[in-house]
Amino acid sequence: MFPTPVQKAAPWVRHAYTIILPIALIVWLLPLIGVAITSIRPSGDLAAGNYFGMPSRFAGIENYTAVFRDSPIGWYILNSFKVTIPTVIGAVGLACLSGFALAVYKFRVNLVVFFMFVAGNFIPFQILMVPVRDMTLKAGLYDSVSGLVLFHIAFQTGFCTLFMRNFIKSLPFALIESARVEGVSEWRIFRYIVLPLMRPAIAALSVLVFTFIWNDYFWATVLVQGQHAMPVTAGLYSLNGQWIAAWHLVSAGSIVAAMPPVLMFFLMQKHFIAGLTLGATKG
Amino acid sequence: MSSTVPATSSSWKRNQQRLAPWLFLAPGMIMFSIYVIIPIFQSIWISFYDWDGLGAKTWIGMANYVELLDDEAFYTSLKNNILWLVLYLLAVPAGLAVALFLNQTVTGIRLYKSLFFFPFVISQVVVGLIFTWFYAPDFGLLSALIKAVSGENIAILADERYVTLGIIAAGLWPQIAYCMILYLTGLNNINPEQVEAARMDGAKGWSLLWNIILPQLGPATFIAIVVTVIGALRSFDLVSIMTDGGPYGSSRVLSFYMYEQALSEYGYRMGYGAAIAVVLFMIMMVFITLFIVRMLMQERNA
Repeated sequence: MFPTPVQKAAPWVRHAYTIILPIALIVWLLPLIGVAITSIRPSGDLAAGNYFGMPSRFAGIENYTAVFRDSPIGWYILNSFKVTIPTVIGAVGLACLSGFALAVYKFRVNLVVFFMFVAGNFIPFQILMVPVRDMTLKAGLYDSVSGLVLFHIAFQTGFCTLFMRNFIKSLPFALIESARVEGVSEWRIFRYIVLPLMRPAIAALSVLVFTFIWNDYFWATVLVQGQHAMPVTAGLYSLNGQWIAAWHLVSAGSIVAAMPPVLMFFLMQKHFIAGLTLGATKG
Repeated sequence: MSSTVPATSSSWKRNQQRLAPWLFLAPGMIMFSIYVIIPIFQSIWISFYDWDGLGAKTWIGMANYVELLDDEAFYTSLKNNILWLVLYLLAVPAGLAVALFLNQTVTGIRLYKSLFFFPFVISQVVVGLIFTWFYAPDFGLLSALIKAVSGENIAILADERYVTLGIIAAGLWPQIAYCMILYLTGLNNINPEQVEAARMDGAKGWSLLWNIILPQLGPATFIAIVVTVIGALRSFDLVSIMTDGGPYGSSRVLSFYMYEQALSEYGYRMGYGAAIAVVLFMIMMVFITLFIVRMLMQERNA
């Protein structure tokens, strides 16, 4: 193991480590801790200049209630779910199919198609902005949840295909070979042999795509204008404009908007990290 | 499976192996082509036109690009993008340092690792708002610290000298967390025998890290660099949230300037915006080519 485990080090190193660890964490999360505390501060504290001290009383309930009651943030969150969930299903579904095709079959342009997905996934998406916005307008999907979902599915398919293809490649190919010898059709090989083995990859990708899409801000501003389809990232930004200097509300709103991916991360941590670090260990 | 094949399906049976990959690929490829591949070429095409997004397009050849050459705001954005790229890459060694710090087995270390990773899970909009508050003059935590140390009251986001650095620092926060998790996974998979053998030979500290550990972390480093370069060139959210490009456009980056030209209240200049996006795309192509060459070499070896 590297670095040397502290258990093997001198006692003072061990003690120093146990002291420094929590301090480092607090420094690292300082901005976040500040926001969390601000979100439970009564507005009077801010007016009185009490920005860093203990809140004079716990005002969490009234701040969070105010955020939900006086702003459409609940609606924005609902929109975010309406965008995120279909995108996860669509992109992961398409990637299962195309990843299978690229991992299992040998055909001449296999690598070309694969690297098309890979390259598309790396591009700065500003280059897509003008045509995609124009296309969405012409299709009558501008300013709608489905316009956003369709784009997200298409774009995420690139990353998901890369992921799925590499995952299926690592499965034992002999399994597929022997099924073919038995005369099992290609579709049934996919459906009954490969797909069940892909569960961990599907879980990992779903968590990742959920987070990516939930946190998307650029496309939410490009393809949506009005409140009725606006996801919470863009919504929070517009609320920030209304809540000038009402930092207790901005803080509470930020925490609300950050919650779903944070919960997702803590509940599905193993899958999340497995997804994020695929390829960091081998190859 | 039965061995008697009905005559009607025999041509399907024979060609199944050849057709199947295309049937599996079709849905994904169609979506990806419509929304990603074709728009890239459309953007390049639009960059040769003068277009307000609604009316007729007017062919103006290279005029958009010629205009870029004399555009002060374009150079500011380009310069900031280079600054982003260089400073953002600090996330890679910083992430490695944090990973080395956390790669221990004391009680509760798992929770520590998750909490250190936390900033990456949060949306950039929230990160931007958090840091705007953190930097705010008078009541921001950082401004208060600076004031306590230096006695100066600096409004980071309103000062042309510091604004881009301030935004990049906010971006580094989640990016370091990302690189950290890549390295933690990499460290987890290091061959312990090699490390022990090197220790026997008297290697320790920096020489052990440099000669034995880092080479094994190659794949993690590669991915960390890829995601960091992409992140730096795509940077848009933080600029939009924290400063909206200001003060006086000094914190613009290419992606933001492109958006501003194409869609903002300054008017819809789709062609000019597309030209900026093409420049950004060309810069990115250099990196994409490098990445793909490396991945291709791995495919060949596999």
